Amino acid sequence: MMTDGDLLHTVTADNISNNRKRLGKLLVWSTALFGLALAAWQMAFETGRVSTGFDTWRPVLYAYMLWATALCAAQVIVNGEKGKRTLFVLPAALFVVSLVVFPLLFALYISFTDWNLASPNGPQPNGWSNVKEMWNDEFYWNALKNMVYYVLAVSVEYVIAFGLALLLNSQIRARKFFRVVFLLPLMLSPVAVSWMIGKSMLEVRFGPVSRLLRDIGVEPSFFGSPEIARFMIMAMDAWTFIPFMMIMLLAGLQALPSEVIEASKVDGATGWQSFKEVIFPLMLPVSVTAIVIRIIFKLKLADIIINVTSGGPGGATDSVTSFIFREYRDRSNVGYGTLLAMVYLILIIIFVTALLKLVSRWMERPA
Amino acid sequence: MSAIFKDHDYAQPAKPKWWTSRIAIYSALFLWAFVCLFPIYWTLTTSFKLAPDVMRGNMVPWWDFTPRWKGWESIGISPRLIGEVSTVREEFFKRFWNSTIISVTSSMLAVVLGSLAAYGLSRFNFRFGFMRNSDISFFFLSQMILPPVVLALPFLVLYKSLALIDTRIGLILLYTLMVLPIVIWIMRDQFQGIPIELEEAALVDGLGVWGAFLQIVLPIALPGMVAAFILSLVLCWNEYFFAALLTATNATTLPVMVASQTGSQGINWWSMAALSSAAILPLVIVAIFLEKYIIKGMAAGAVK
Repeated sequence: MMTDGDLLHTVTADNISNNRKRLGKLLVWSTALFGLALAAWQMAFETGRVSTGFDTWRPVLYAYMLWATALCAAQVIVNGEKGKRTLFVLPAALFVVSLVVFPLLFALYISFTDWNLASPNGPQPNGWSNVKEMWNDEFYWNALKNMVYYVLAVSVEYVIAFGLALLLNSQIRARKFFRVVFLLPLMLSPVAVSWMIGKSMLEVRFGPVSRLLRDIGVEPSFFGSPEIARFMIMAMDAWTFIPFMMIMLLAGLQALPSEVIEASKVDGATGWQSFKEVIFPLMLPVSVTAIVIRIIFKLKLADIIINVTSGGPGGATDSVTSFIFREYRDRSNVGYGTLLAMVYLILIIIFVTALLKLVSRWMERPA
Repeated sequence: MSAIFKDHDYAQPAKPKWWTSRIAIYSALFLWAFVCLFPIYWTLTTSFKLAPDVMRGNMVPWWDFTPRWKGWESIGISPRLIGEVSTVREEFFKRFWNSTIISVTSSMLAVVLGSLAAYGLSRFNFRFGFMRNSDISFFFLSQMILPPVVLALPFLVLYKSLALIDTRIGLILLYTLMVLPIVIWIMRDQFQGIPIELEEAALVDGLGVWGAFLQIVLPIALPGMVAAFILSLVLCWNEYFFAALLTATNATTLPVMVASQTGSQGINWWSMAALSSAAILPLVIVAIFLEKYIIKGMAAGAVK
């Protein structure tokens, strides 16, 4: 048995005949060959070497699905009980691999071509010229710089979310009401939020916020200057996502052992002392999880920017995603856009890995 | 105050201090509740306003403006239009239906695939080549950091050659991929909390591995699955980026519809407000009634 050390031990006496094993292997190989042959034929049709073929690549997709099914079935046919166990993970793994790994490899190829959907030539490899273009593209670097600001804003969100979680965890009435209300912003789609807040409440002439500011005596201009525009985007994004961190922190607070906090009170700690010396250190693991996940979500920030400012003024609010979105939407520049996305992916992987390493090293230190 | 809990000193602190802290807590709570609710209130009321009401900045219905159905008529929903044929309403319901089908199907698919994988990973040891259990888990969870923009353009090209562009199936596949890591994260936590002795008993009683999973474990893990499902539903319903890139006419979802009307309408606020309200209302209702599950889903994995 390969699967030694299972948590759930099973004892099986599988007598799998050689014929059955052969049948399973035959099934996988025949469907694989069928799929490959179909793909090769379609390729030949597209390049004009064969006169008949399909309009689209769909049949190849169906052949691929047939192969995937055969692979799953073969697990049971060849391996018996052990195969049944593999069957738990295999569908999800196949799904993710075929939807992520293939497109990523394909993206790697596209990113070194000059493919523009508007040009009739199709993709032509152009070596490193996309990289050179990226190197000189101020707007891309600007967008990356903005991402740093956006990620730093997570710290403020964390403070607010922690405060709200503490409030919800204290002795209050109507706790369920407040919890539902505080959760609501998370439910709203960023696109709707960008209209509700960005385009109507912050509208300069008739928006309620502008009116309020004008009553105070300030002339409202939310998306005119770069700093304020960036702050507004941060605020809108924070508004939708603070509940997310708040709920994780609230769950952490509710899981704290109450004896420890009571003991600190018995020892005469004031509210602030017991927070600083007891609650906060105990909450560190949950905090770190919440912050890391929030940062991961933050790195995908785009919807609000696309819909409220389209990156303006002068690229001051652009996130990388919204910048590439426009690169594609306005200029159909698939090759260059894909390269930018791949570079972003590499930067994210480096950043998140470093973050996780740092966090785990820091957490090992006695708090 | 409650006279029962007087056995501790800290149960009855000095009155003025108690009052100030109460007032501080409740004012903070109400302030944030206002911050959360006002945009929703504003959108809902604006959808019943007319142009002069918007320009005068009236806020309270029946007090400083009379609610009208004009905004809702622009998407074909109003008492006057019941029973009449309305193209805008058909358009709206088509988008609504697309959003519903896509988000429900992909959430279900993700919950099924994700639960199976999470169960397998929490019970058995696998070895795919060099990958062990922890590597496989990490592989699944690492998909979370994959930014959508990396996949968007390759998928655009792939879907074009597969004739999957502007179809619901195309979006369903992508959304399933998007929420799968989150589902696996939640479900792994759920399954780890279920004692293995239950399945061992089932195996002794003659069930297979799958029988034990389907008949014993699944019913216990159902609340967790509901939580994962609802969380996925929220994410899929609100997704905009892929939908904007990969759909054109047939399979467009509500966020795309909202976004496409944002720019063109100018000061036509009432119809935008009605559309936004209609787009957010289903999830607001979900939040109010199924809040327990959403919180359960997000809390899973945060606390070990």
